[in-house]
Amino acid sequence: MTISIQRLAQTVLLSATALACTVGIANADCGIKSGRVSIVGNEFPAIKTVAANAATCATSAVEVKSNLTADHQKINLAGMSGNPAEYTSAVIATSSIVALLNEGVIRPLDELVAAHGQDIPKNRLVTIDGKVMAVAFMANAQHQVYRKDVLEKVGVQPPKSYEEMLAAAEKIRAAGIMQYPVGGAYAAGWNLGQEFVNMYIGMGGEFFKPGTAEVAVNNDQGVAALEMMKKLTGYMNPDYLTHDSNATSAEWEAGNVALMNMWGSRTGVLVDTEGSKPEVYENTMVGAPMTVGGGAIPATTLWWDGWTVAKNISDADAEATFIAMKRGSGPEILNDATMREAVWMIEGYKPAPINEGVMQTMTMGAKPYPMLPYMGLLHTALGDNIADFLTGKEDAKTTLADIEAAYTAAAREKGFLK
Amino acid sequence: MTTRIADRRPPALLIALNGFLVVWLVIAAFPFLWTFWGSFKVEGDFFSKADWMNAITGPLTTAETGSSFTATGYVGAWVQEEFWRAALNSAIVVVSVVCISLTFGTLGGYALARSSYRYAFWLLLVALVFRAMPPVTLVSGYLLPFFEWNLWGHLPTAIIVLVAINQPFTLWMLTSFFRNIPKDLDESAMVDGCSRFQAFRYVIIPVMWPGVITTGLFSFLLAYNDFAVTAMLLSKENQTMIPKIASFLGTTQTKGNVMFAVSSVVSVTAPLFVLVMFFQRQIVSGLTAGAVKG
Amino acid sequence: MKHRTFFWFFLPSAAAMFLFIALPIVSVLMQSVFAPHQQVVREVENCSVFGCTKTTTVDLAATAALREAEPLGRFVGGSIYTDRNHLAFSEVAVLASTADGISTFLDGLLNLPFYGALLFTLTYTLVVTPLSILLGFVVALAVNAVPRFLRGPMIFVSLLPMIITPLVGALILFWMVDARGVLGALIQSLAGDPNLSVKASTPLMWAMLMVYGIWSSAPFAFVVYYAGLQTVPQDTLESAMIDGASRWERIRYVIVPHLLPLTTFMALIKIMDNFRVFEPIVSFNASAHAQSLSYFIYSDLGGETRLLSSAAATSVLTILGVVVLLSPVLVRTWKTYGRGAA
Repeated sequence: MTISIQRLAQTVLLSATALACTVGIANADCGIKSGRVSIVGNEFPAIKTVAANAATCATSAVEVKSNLTADHQKINLAGMSGNPAEYTSAVIATSSIVALLNEGVIRPLDELVAAHGQDIPKNRLVTIDGKVMAVAFMANAQHQVYRKDVLEKVGVQPPKSYEEMLAAAEKIRAAGIMQYPVGGAYAAGWNLGQEFVNMYIGMGGEFFKPGTAEVAVNNDQGVAALEMMKKLTGYMNPDYLTHDSNATSAEWEAGNVALMNMWGSRTGVLVDTEGSKPEVYENTMVGAPMTVGGGAIPATTLWWDGWTVAKNISDADAEATFIAMKRGSGPEILNDATMREAVWMIEGYKPAPINEGVMQTMTMGAKPYPMLPYMGLLHTALGDNIADFLTGKEDAKTTLADIEAAYTAAAREKGFLK
Repeated sequence: MTTRIADRRPPALLIALNGFLVVWLVIAAFPFLWTFWGSFKVEGDFFSKADWMNAITGPLTTAETGSSFTATGYVGAWVQEEFWRAALNSAIVVVSVVCISLTFGTLGGYALARSSYRYAFWLLLVALVFRAMPPVTLVSGYLLPFFEWNLWGHLPTAIIVLVAINQPFTLWMLTSFFRNIPKDLDESAMVDGCSRFQAFRYVIIPVMWPGVITTGLFSFLLAYNDFAVTAMLLSKENQTMIPKIASFLGTTQTKGNVMFAVSSVVSVTAPLFVLVMFFQRQIVSGLTAGAVKG
Repeated sequence: MKHRTFFWFFLPSAAAMFLFIALPIVSVLMQSVFAPHQQVVREVENCSVFGCTKTTTVDLAATAALREAEPLGRFVGGSIYTDRNHLAFSEVAVLASTADGISTFLDGLLNLPFYGALLFTLTYTLVVTPLSILLGFVVALAVNAVPRFLRGPMIFVSLLPMIITPLVGALILFWMVDARGVLGALIQSLAGDPNLSVKASTPLMWAMLMVYGIWSSAPFAFVVYYAGLQTVPQDTLESAMIDGASRWERIRYVIVPHLLPLTTFMALIKIMDNFRVFEPIVSFNASAHAQSLSYFIYSDLGGETRLLSSAAATSVLTILGVVVLLSPVLVRTWKTYGRGAA
C-alpha cells in the first residue's frame, strides 16, 4: 500500500522535474498498422480528453471512434458481448469493472503490456488474481472541503473527524452564520448508498462474511454509521435527500454551506471564479478525509478510472486498442488545460493545491471501494432503503434488516446465494 | 357558429372562463418564459441557490460577462458543440417516423375500421396491451440482438423502433377516425368496379387528411421528444437533439454546459411553434372528424 | 372486408409490432422465469495503485459448461415474481400471521418495496388521470369561447407543458420548487412558513409530483376536447335552446354525451401512461419519498449489476396491472364495438 503511494509520488515528482512538454492535439503516429478502436465510457471532461487523444492514432487504416454517454453502463456489456464486439474498449471505474468481469467480456492484458506497455508504470496496472485487467489513468476520492473564513470566524480548526465536524457545525449555527452549515451528496439512490459505504468503512465494518456473498451490515457498526449520518443531516438543508453531487456543489457555490465531504473531481469548479462570489471561491479549501467513531481508517473510499480491452475482438484490433488507449492516457495528454481536469495517475502530473485532498486520502491509508462481484447489488439496496431511517419512518435495525433482505433477494436471483 | 353561441354567454360566465384561461395560460407558459429569460444568463444566476431574484436581475451575469444578457449558451450549443448536427439528425428521424408511422397506420387503421369481424377488435386490444409494456424494458431488450446483428447505432434502426412503439397509439387514433368516414363512400366505389385498394387510394385518401395530420402531430411529438429509444440506440455521430441536450447535462454537470442545455431547449421549441401555428386549423378539423366516436 | 384484403392492409403495421413489441414481450416473459446460473465465487488478490486487497471474483471457467448447456439460464419458475423485492408472498404471509391489527399489517405491507410503490402508483394514476382530463376539458371550453384570431397562440401556449422535453423541463422545475427557488419562495409565502420545503416532506413531494403530472398531461386532453367541441352538432344545440334548455342542461345532455367517446379514449391512454410513471421521480430525485413500478425497472436496469430477471418480472406485473385497471373501460369499448360493427 504505502509502497505504491510512494511510487506514485515519485513518478509525479520525477516527471515534474523532467521535461514539461505540452502537446496540443495533433495526429500522431502511434505505430498501429491497422485495426479498429471503439471506446465506450462515461461522459465527463477527463474521459473526453482520453478519448480525444486516443483518436489522434487514427489513420487511413486505423479507425478510432468513441461513444461517451451517461448511459454507458447500460450499453457497455451488451456492446462487448457480441462477436466481434462493437466496443473494443470500455472506460470504467472501480465499481463498474465488476459487471464486465462477471460476464467475462474483457481480456487479460499481460501479453499486450509485455509487448507494448513496458513503459506504463506498474502501479497503474489493475490486476486481479495476478492478471492485468485494466489500466488506470485517474484517481478520485471523497474528502473534506471547508470554508476557511467561516471556520476562522468561529475559531475552529478544520475537523479531523465527523464528531469534530458536528461540533464545528453547531458553533457555526450558534454564531448565526449559517443555519445549515453541512453539505453532502445524500440524494436517495446511489449517492446515499455511497455515503453509508464511507461511514461504515470508517466505523471499521465489513460488508460481507469473509469470502462469501452473505451480507453482514446489520450490526453495531451499521447502526453507528446510520446514527452518525442522521446527526449530520440535522445540520443539512432539509432537502438533503434530493441533493446529488451537482446540487451539493450548487449549494456550496451559493455560499450556503461551510463543511462537506465531496468528490475530489468536483472541487476544481468550486474554486474557479465562475458561479460564485469571491468570498466563497477564495476561501474554499480542501483537507484530508475525516475519520469517525475513533477509527484510524478515514470514512471514505478510493476510486480509480481506467480502461479495458474487449475479449471478443481480433488480436489485431486488441493490439490497436491497447496502443491507442495507452496513447490516450499517456504523458503526452497533459497540458495546462487538461492538468486540472482530474487527479491523473499519469507521469508528469502536477497536482494543484485543490487536488491535495485526493493525495492526502491516499496517504492516510483509505480503503479502495470494494471490488466485489455482488457489491453493486448491496449498494443499490443501501441507496433504496436508508432514506426510511433518515426521515424517521423506521429505526436503524429495521432499516438494516430491510437492506439485508432486499440484497439477499437480488443476490439469489443473480445466483450469488442459494 | 361557435362565435354566435359565445356571444350569448352570460357575462359572469364569460368573465369566469376568461379569468380561468388567463390563470391557465400563465401556469402553462411560466416555466417556458422563465427558461427563455434565463437562457440569456449564466448558470450561477439561472440556477441560483442563493436567491431566485438572481435569475431575473443577473448579478453574476454582469460580473462574469460585463452585460446583463449573454448569448454564450446559444453560441456554445450551436457553434462550439455543433448542435445543428443533432438538429439535422432529429429532422431525419422525425420526418421518417411520421411518414412511416402514418403509412403503416392508415393502412392498418383503415382495415381495422372496415372489418366487421371480431378479430379486428381483438387486434386493437392486443395493440393496447403492447402499449402497456414499459419502453425501458423494450429498449434494454433490443440492445443485445442489435449489437449482435450490427444494427445498433444507425438512424434507420431508431426510426423503425419508434414507428413500432408508436403503432398502437396511431392505430387507435386512425381506426376511430376511419370509422367516422361513411362506409358508403368506398363501398359505392367498389360497386363501380374499384378494388379495395383503389377505393382506398382514390376515395379515402382525399378525405382522410385532417385525421392523419392530427395523428401525425402526436407521432411528431413522440419522435421529437423521445429520449429512451434514441439515447440508447444511437451512436454519437447519429445523436438526435434530446440525447444531445442530455449530454450537455452529463452525469457530473460541467460548468457552462448546463446553459447549453437550457438554450437548446429554448431553440428546440421554436420549430414547434411554427408547426402548431401552421397546422392549428388542421389539428382541429382533424380531430373533428376523427376521434368523435372514440 | 375480406380476410385476405384485411391481411395485406394490416401486414406492415402488424409486422412492425410483432418484431419490435411482441417478440421482446416473449423474451421478457422468458427472462422473468430464467435467472442467471449459480455463480462460483473464488477468493483472489486484487492490486491497484491503492495497494493489494483480498477480494472475490466470479470463476467463469467453472460456470462455462453450465452456461453452454443451458444458455437461457436457470429455470426458477415464478420464484422471482414471489420474492421479497416483488410480490413477497412469504413475507406477506408472515405479516398476516404475526401482525396484531390491520394497521401494523398495513405498515409492514407498505414497507415492502412492491406494495409501497403500488400505493404511490395507484394514487398517482387515480388522481392525475381524472384531474388532467377535467383541466383539459375546462381549458378547451375556455379557449373555445375566445375570438378566433386569438385561438392559435393560445393553443400553442396551452401545448407548451406537453412539448417541452421532460428532461430539462423537470430540471428547471426542480430548481424552481427548491426552498430558495421562485416557486418554493411563493409556496412559503402563501403558507406563511419560511422553513417550508417541498422536497423535504413526503406528502408535499407526492403533491408536487401529481401537480407536475396534471400540468404536463392536461394539454393532451385539451387538444382532443377542443377538437371535439368543434363538432358538437349545432342543430341539436339550437333545437335544445328552442325547447328552452338551460345552459347547464345543454352541456349535460348535448355536449357531454358528444364528448364521452373521446373521454374513453383518453382515459385508456392516460391510465396507461400514468401507471407507468417514473420520469418525474427520476428528474425530481424523489425516490426517497415516492417510488413506482417503472422506477424499479429503471433502477434494476441502471444499477452497477443489472437485474434483468427482476426488471422482466416487474414489467410483466406492470402489464398485468394496466390490464386490470383498463378492464372496465375495455369492457365498455367491447360493447360499443359490437354495436358499431353490427
